[in-house]
Amino acid sequence: MATSSNATIGNGRLAAVALVAPALLVVAVFFVVPLVLSAVGAFRDAGGTFTLAHFDKALDLYSRDLIFTVAIVVLSTVLIAVVAVAIAGYLTLGENPKAVAVLRWLYRWPLFIPFVVAGQVMRTFLAKNGMLNHVLIASGLLEPLQADSWLDWRGIVVAFVWKQAPFVTLLLAGAMASLERQHIEAARNLGAPRLRVLIDIVLPQVRGTLLVGLVLSFVTMLSVLSVPLMINPNSPTMMTVDVAYRINTHADYAVANALCLLSLLLAAVGAAFYLRHAVKRVESGG
Amino acid sequence: MTLASRLGPNLVRALVLALLAFIIFGPLLNLVLWAFAERWYFPSKLPSQYGFTFWQRVFAPRGNAIASLGTSIWIAILTVAFSLAVAIPAGYALGRLKLPWRGAILLAFLLPQAVPNLPVYVNIAQVFYQIGLAGTITGVVLVHASHGLVLAVWIASAAFASIDGSLEEAARNIGASAWTCFRTITLPLAAPGLMASAIFVFLESLDEFTGTYFVGVPDITTLPLLMFNASMGGNYQIASITALLLLVPSIGFMLVVERFLKADVLAMVGR
Repeated sequence: MATSSNATIGNGRLAAVALVAPALLVVAVFFVVPLVLSAVGAFRDAGGTFTLAHFDKALDLYSRDLIFTVAIVVLSTVLIAVVAVAIAGYLTLGENPKAVAVLRWLYRWPLFIPFVVAGQVMRTFLAKNGMLNHVLIASGLLEPLQADSWLDWRGIVVAFVWKQAPFVTLLLAGAMASLERQHIEAARNLGAPRLRVLIDIVLPQVRGTLLVGLVLSFVTMLSVLSVPLMINPNSPTMMTVDVAYRINTHADYAVANALCLLSLLLAAVGAAFYLRHAVKRVESGG
Repeated sequence: MTLASRLGPNLVRALVLALLAFIIFGPLLNLVLWAFAERWYFPSKLPSQYGFTFWQRVFAPRGNAIASLGTSIWIAILTVAFSLAVAIPAGYALGRLKLPWRGAILLAFLLPQAVPNLPVYVNIAQVFYQIGLAGTITGVVLVHASHGLVLAVWIASAAFASIDGSLEEAARNIGASAWTCFRTITLPLAAPGLMASAIFVFLESLDEFTGTYFVGVPDITTLPLLMFNASMGGNYQIASITALLLLVPSIGFMLVVERFLKADVLAMVGR
């Protein structure tokens, strides 16, 4: 932090707190309170007494979707990590300037594309009669009769990786670019292959950034409604779709809240990593 | 060395880049084809007829798309105004002033990014329904703002923190009041960073789907909702044209993002 001038501090801590208060209030009222309501609603029956019945019902109806959701989000996170490390690694260690420039220009097109648009894009691209199948058939990789729609779990994973990998890559490439080049050059001069340099020297130094990017993506993917709704709305599907269904069709907020709490539990595992890392960063004078 | 062994690595590199280009642009190209396809029946590879019929329908003066675009932009503008109105003072305090529990407060603003938003939207929709805010612009703006605030506060705080304190001190020394000093020195110096956070909040609001889906029903149809409804209704042309409209600001921002977000701010993301 820059050294603040004493003149501006003048009014003291009270003023600082007063300046932050409105923003904190907005987060409290429109984020924390609904979150608490969700937790309360999941444990209360119609009469207001404590019950676990909503969880019984949620698990009874949707335990398959719970597993499906975990599998999809974990698989997507792993693939995002692989893609991001590969691209960011080549951007940092690549020796062909032209290829590096092309890759840098290429990889981030989906960066700010909204999920709902990514869903629509993949809905047509991966359809049975979509461009992917046509290209696969034309290149002889697929028999026309075998062509099938990709719009199941694979479609969701493709949409997630397509949309989120550029984000993690951007963070990771930024972190890698700010590393000291000396170690990398030294290892390269000693004849270490680039893959070794990436895994042994570069990656350990940017682990924190990679982790933050992956956890943010993990949590984001857990609460995306549009992509599973557009690509794979039928059972088994992701829990976000089930929540929307409970509310829109049955006005069943109790079971919806139980489902929400279960997905919060999943995110908590990720968020724990994230907050521990963030606290360390902030404490070390971020 | 033979020609083949020298060509080898180059060929592999070119093939990998071409594959990546297909993965990234293929889906987008497919979208453009759908936007201009007049007729496209199974199993033909390409549309059998191209045209602008659907564009005319989308852009008809009384068409839904124009109304939704208007609603979307209006909501985004209000969200930016509201977010910045609370984020600028908060960012200033976090970036320039001595604040108790500064780290904890910064973490509190991260909450909406680190927690799945679905439970929040579901329950806020229920509360808004009871107090008459469901299906109103105000309700949607409040939901968008509480999410956009995260980025706004973090970027504003970084922008204020990077200002050289001696400039303010000089102004105060020659008799400027605290307010004059903030208005004429601090705010203009922080303007580029604040601009970046405004653009982020604007885009987030423009693209937001889930919150609007729950809170906006049945009266508020933003562009993402219109696109979704068209797509689920099987009208791929309308959905694709609307999707293209949404892509323009997103890709435009992607192309200039580094001008606004220098490495130092990017390194702050998630900190």
